[in-house]
Amino acid sequence: MDPFGNYKTVISARATDKEILKKAQDGGIVSAAYIHGLESKLLDGVIVANTEDGFNAAPKIATTPEEVLNAAGTKYTVSPNISVLKDAVREYALEKVGIVGTPCQVQAIRKLMKYPMGFRHTDSKIALVMGIFCMENFSYEGMKAIVEEYAGIRMNDVLKTDIGKGKFWVYSKYGDVQSVKLKDTHMYEQKSCHICTDYTAELADISTGSVGSPDGWSTVFVRTAKGEAYLNNMVEAGVLEVKNMDDVKPGLDILEKLALQKKEKNQKEIEYRKELGLPVPY
Amino acid sequence: MVRIAHIHMSGCTGCLISLTDTYEKLLDILGAVELVYALTLADEKTEITETDDKILIERKIPENIDIALVEGSVCLDDHHAMDDILTTRKNSKIVVALGACAASGGVTRFARGGQMSQPSHASFAPIGDVIKVDLALPGCPPSPESIVNLITAALEGDMEYLEPFAEIAKIGKDACGCDVIKDVINKSLCMGCGTCAAACQVRAIEMVEGKPNINSEFCIKCGLCGAQCPRVRFPELLQKIE
Repeated sequence: MDPFGNYKTVISARATDKEILKKAQDGGIVSAAYIHGLESKLLDGVIVANTEDGFNAAPKIATTPEEVLNAAGTKYTVSPNISVLKDAVREYALEKVGIVGTPCQVQAIRKLMKYPMGFRHTDSKIALVMGIFCMENFSYEGMKAIVEEYAGIRMNDVLKTDIGKGKFWVYSKYGDVQSVKLKDTHMYEQKSCHICTDYTAELADISTGSVGSPDGWSTVFVRTAKGEAYLNNMVEAGVLEVKNMDDVKPGLDILEKLALQKKEKNQKEIEYRKELGLPVPY
Repeated sequence: MVRIAHIHMSGCTGCLISLTDTYEKLLDILGAVELVYALTLADEKTEITETDDKILIERKIPENIDIALVEGSVCLDDHHAMDDILTTRKNSKIVVALGACAASGGVTRFARGGQMSQPSHASFAPIGDVIKVDLALPGCPPSPESIVNLITAALEGDMEYLEPFAEIAKIGKDACGCDVIKDVINKSLCMGCGTCAAACQVRAIEMVEGKPNINSEFCIKCGLCGAQCPRVRFPELLQKIE
């Protein structure tokens, strides 16, 4: 099984801007790409997963670097980013939209670009598709249960959440850090995530995530010519610090292991659903 | 030359506007086809019959159509409409239900007779209820891009690309916002991407807690939400991004 899908290059990188790194989840690749795009006019608007009250996530159309920075960081809950794509083109009159999504959302974007039945004059306005690595996601109520019941922190007090070292970490605004064993969180996963066999957002122009790179850095796959041109532009502008993937620890092996794990486990679920006569995306 | 006809049934001409909204791409297509019948876009082809007491001037649907793009639903109470749709089927190799009214009834599903200007007209059905439809393209109207893509694929014989449209022609006649509930949410397939909400052209779908909420009062049964959902249909060709 092919763990990563097609790609041109894979590197380890982080943003050079300290402000981005302070707010970002890991290497700040998405924030750096968006901010660079807005400042260099490669993009005139971007869709972000914004943090709402109670650490909920909701899509937002951002047109300034400040708005991008405000939305930085992972929320581990559903943000239907595509739901505002047409608004970005219609109401904001954007011509070059950057959009980011989980692997399943990137699949949806590719579908609407190829079959734009209800997306009049929209698909041609998508300038950059970014994808983030994803094992599974939680509904808001699911995450609330984990954060409030297991970690004992109120949603309103959450500063940051993170998944790493086999645990779900919750950082409160008051400096408290709690962790929940990942196995306790499984029951709150969206069941729909269990039929997804894409870990590294294989259909994005550029996909990124923490796994494989050292703390504070991100692994970045460049998959399309568009993504390659965009990333080169970022490196030339000095907004990214880049390392060879072979030179970093823990390296691609761990990423390959996780990607294959998701594919194998969820392929089994797909087969099981088929046996029951339940539909799967085809 | 491939002979294309745009057949107008009970529709609002929105699909025709969308077809013309393809601008320069339409010119590319027109260069490759012969537009044998299309109100406003092509000259009317009429047949004049003289009888003792009157002269009858009728528009005739031409013969040997390769691709018939049918816009609008069929009024079952109108024999002209019935004649036209049956003739279209008889004279065409491929019949495409262009847009929601033809594909799934769309907003004409709500017509119930007794109204101006034709009180006798009560029943409007998607064309698939009366004739066999080969391809159905949902949308109210479908985007110009998707019309171009469909016609181009049909001209090139790209059956892989057309497959989803052939499928909607078979199963999509009863389209409604509740498809997303029945086929995606109820089957634990929805992961909350929001494509259905963005695709909905009447804003009948709102995302609540990351999942679609359908306002059935607004839904015009165009079928776009289900057709656009990546969890209902994800054709293999989408894996090839470059």
